[in-house]
Amino acid sequence: MSEDLLEINDLQVAFTTRRGVVEAVRGITLTVAKGEMLGLVGESGSGKSVTGFATTRLLDAAGRVTGGKILFRGQDVTKLRGDDLRQLQGAAMSMIFQNPRAALNPIRAIGLQIADAILTHKKISKDAARAEALELLRAVQIRDPEARMNAYPHELSGGMCQRVMIAIAISCNPALLIADEPTTGLDVTTQKVVMDLLAEIAAARGMATILITHDLGLAARYCRRIAVMERGRIVEEASPKILFTAPQHAYTKRLVAASPTATSRIEDLVTEEERERTAAVVSKPRPAPAHGTPPLLEVRKLAKRFDQGSAAVADFSMTMAGGESVGLVGESGSGKSTTSRMICRLIDPSEGDIVFDGQSIGHVAARDFHRSRFRKDIQIVFQDPNESLNPRYTAFDCIAHPLMRLDGMRGGDALRKRVEECAERVGLPLDLLPRFPHQLSGGQKARVGIARAIACRPRLLVLDEPTAALDVSVQAVVLQLLDRLRRENDIALLFVSHDLNVVRMLCDRTIVLRNGSIVEQGESRALFDNPKTDYTRKLVEAIPHIETGPALAAAL
Amino acid sequence: MKTGLGATMVRAGRRLLSSLPALFGVLVFTFLLMRVLPGDPAVFFASGPNAGKEEIELIRKQMGLDKSVPEQLVFYLSDIGRGNLGRSMMTGQPVLKDLRERLPASLELTFTALLIALIAAVPLGVVAALRPGSAVDHGVRLFCALGVCVPTFVSGLLLIYVFYYLLGLAPDPTGRIDVFTSLPPSRTGFLSIDFLLAGDFEGWWAACKQLILPAVSMALFVIAPLARITRASMLVSLGSDFVRTARSVGLSWHKVVVTYALRNAILPVITIAGIVFSTMLGANVLVEKVFSWPGVASYALDALLSSDYAPVQGFVLLMAGIFVLVNLIVDVCYGIADPRVSIE
Repeated sequence: MSEDLLEINDLQVAFTTRRGVVEAVRGITLTVAKGEMLGLVGESGSGKSVTGFATTRLLDAAGRVTGGKILFRGQDVTKLRGDDLRQLQGAAMSMIFQNPRAALNPIRAIGLQIADAILTHKKISKDAARAEALELLRAVQIRDPEARMNAYPHELSGGMCQRVMIAIAISCNPALLIADEPTTGLDVTTQKVVMDLLAEIAAARGMATILITHDLGLAARYCRRIAVMERGRIVEEASPKILFTAPQHAYTKRLVAASPTATSRIEDLVTEEERERTAAVVSKPRPAPAHGTPPLLEVRKLAKRFDQGSAAVADFSMTMAGGESVGLVGESGSGKSTTSRMICRLIDPSEGDIVFDGQSIGHVAARDFHRSRFRKDIQIVFQDPNESLNPRYTAFDCIAHPLMRLDGMRGGDALRKRVEECAERVGLPLDLLPRFPHQLSGGQKARVGIARAIACRPRLLVLDEPTAALDVSVQAVVLQLLDRLRRENDIALLFVSHDLNVVRMLCDRTIVLRNGSIVEQGESRALFDNPKTDYTRKLVEAIPHIETGPALAAAL
Repeated sequence: MKTGLGATMVRAGRRLLSSLPALFGVLVFTFLLMRVLPGDPAVFFASGPNAGKEEIELIRKQMGLDKSVPEQLVFYLSDIGRGNLGRSMMTGQPVLKDLRERLPASLELTFTALLIALIAAVPLGVVAALRPGSAVDHGVRLFCALGVCVPTFVSGLLLIYVFYYLLGLAPDPTGRIDVFTSLPPSRTGFLSIDFLLAGDFEGWWAACKQLILPAVSMALFVIAPLARITRASMLVSLGSDFVRTARSVGLSWHKVVVTYALRNAILPVITIAGIVFSTMLGANVLVEKVFSWPGVASYALDALLSSDYAPVQGFVLLMAGIFVLVNLIVDVCYGIADPRVSIE
């Protein structure tokens, strides 16, 4: 192809770490044509971001290109120095980063930050640069751009910050834009708006774009060509359609299977050979509750107001039966985490009552709830498996602690047996128990978190985005695990998530929250297939579906 | 929404109010501490070792020491309320007057020392952070360690030995100005500024020469914490996402390091500088002694040694007040430097 803007030839990148040299990229070859949008998909550690950083020469000090070439307009980027390099950065190629708020200077007004980028590459006056910055803010569709020029990043939402970041990246009309997980961490609706904007700008300005993402669905929606990376190598490169209908490589197959779609079921998430191990568990038909038994959980008119006065949650009511799974979805700020924490009795509600197993627990202060006999019945799995484990506790200690505190167990063989039993139930190999969290992978940490939560045999498990920080293939396994636990042990699950595809698979019923109140609720499949309110419809439409069939064919 | 500056002022005011109980606590605590310490001021200030019992009783009565401690405390507090810090038995002058005369000398010395320390420490920290693990980094670390290890009076004496005795560059280490120079009219109490205001540049140079050695020996001691904190926060700043963004658009090295990294990294340095300043003001007694500097710290030490209650209490109150004030200034500076502070 003569129109290739970027040509990566057998690129190898290695990092020097305390434990020796780690090869992050092991010989990848890739081309990007002018104006093309290429998807670079892979899980964490696959080397996709490192490839991006090597191309823009932003590798940190420990990283080094050990082999291969990166040709940009025929010029080898890896050999550029000093001023030649700076003329390239920003002017010819630029980058958008994952965490938009951290990527902007917190103590510099955003207008100045955009102007900084402009002034680096154009010899114009400060006023002219300011005017251009204002134009750019308009181009990225920021409302009231004049006022926003003097705003600081902390005064803007995550989506707004990402728009500002886009404005900085496109300020000098680069020919190549590398977007590294540009929408990870944003709400689904924001995600769609930002991605649409990015695609529109790239198309209008004829910019080639490399979209680096872990989300196969997102890449499929916006890219004509997707390269799949695994452990530093490109394992497959194809159009989305071929990738989804006829994946060639085993890893791609697993990745495609693990990406939840509108129609997938939990069982579909792993490939057939992996499924065999769990297939033995047959769903027990749940006995109908005896007449007159109170529901496991009944929440009545729950409300929470924080200091400022406006209600974070208002008038929230729900009931849950034993062994039922209910999803709680909504965008950030919708109050779903606040609600789940009130139900877990980690924070106190301002109004309303929580009735668990026929007893009111809403009025037990959160401070004292650890002494309540219901503490072990209601357990929580936290969002970030890295942050929610004590770094000085081994996996064994993490699981044993609640048993000692809540079940009154002492050390010794009985405790050891219970901990090992929990580890087995969540599929955590026993030889990992003496390890500390930093010696475990993300998926293993998630299992420790779940084992800890089920150690005291709770009847209600509250899960606050338990898979948000995990790769899709790990997520698939964790979801299966949760579903199995629910069926085997009759644990009720309250699943808080922004990922509607996951909720649809795992939950019998779904509650949609917005600005602290319930917008819609009902049986999951019906609710998603046929949303009754505009808000739910918007949420559903924003999910990057992996489109199969006619829709995709029409697009190609 | 309030503007950033307004919110900062409100915060500062609130901080000032909340520090009043602490100030009162310091007042009472020092008072009690002085009564508990051994030594009878009346004996100390009597005419001589042969003074009779009657004379000592008389002095005790004059000083109000014959009353019970709670009564003394009430009298003391009501005096403070009227702005009367008592009289020094040592100098025979009101404590307030003594402090007013000596405070500018201490402040001038401390300010100069802090300025020298900052001018040295910030670039050292930045240079060390730009090349972590390099020879420069280790050199800075060694220099800082030496500065902390060598006590100020030793470094002070060394400086005198080298610059006064060996090289003859520095003037006699005998106070703020040599006795033959005529003093300018006192406006600020800071000699170097007063000379400038009076247009006497020769005098100004003389005052500066006197100031430089004690200031440097004090500065050496505090360069270490300032340089270390600059290095640490600069490292964080250089490794942050927004510096990566700045590099990704090709900003110049100067812009990346100074405008993006350093301006963010300087925030914790402001806090530490405030703490360092307050500590220096009280702790520079050794330097004041070595250089015969007529400051408040050496005044307080002399008073303490001679069981002269009023100056010590006055000094502690002054230090507590300055500490509150410095923290307040740091707070305001921080609020101006960091737009995020005001919205907490």
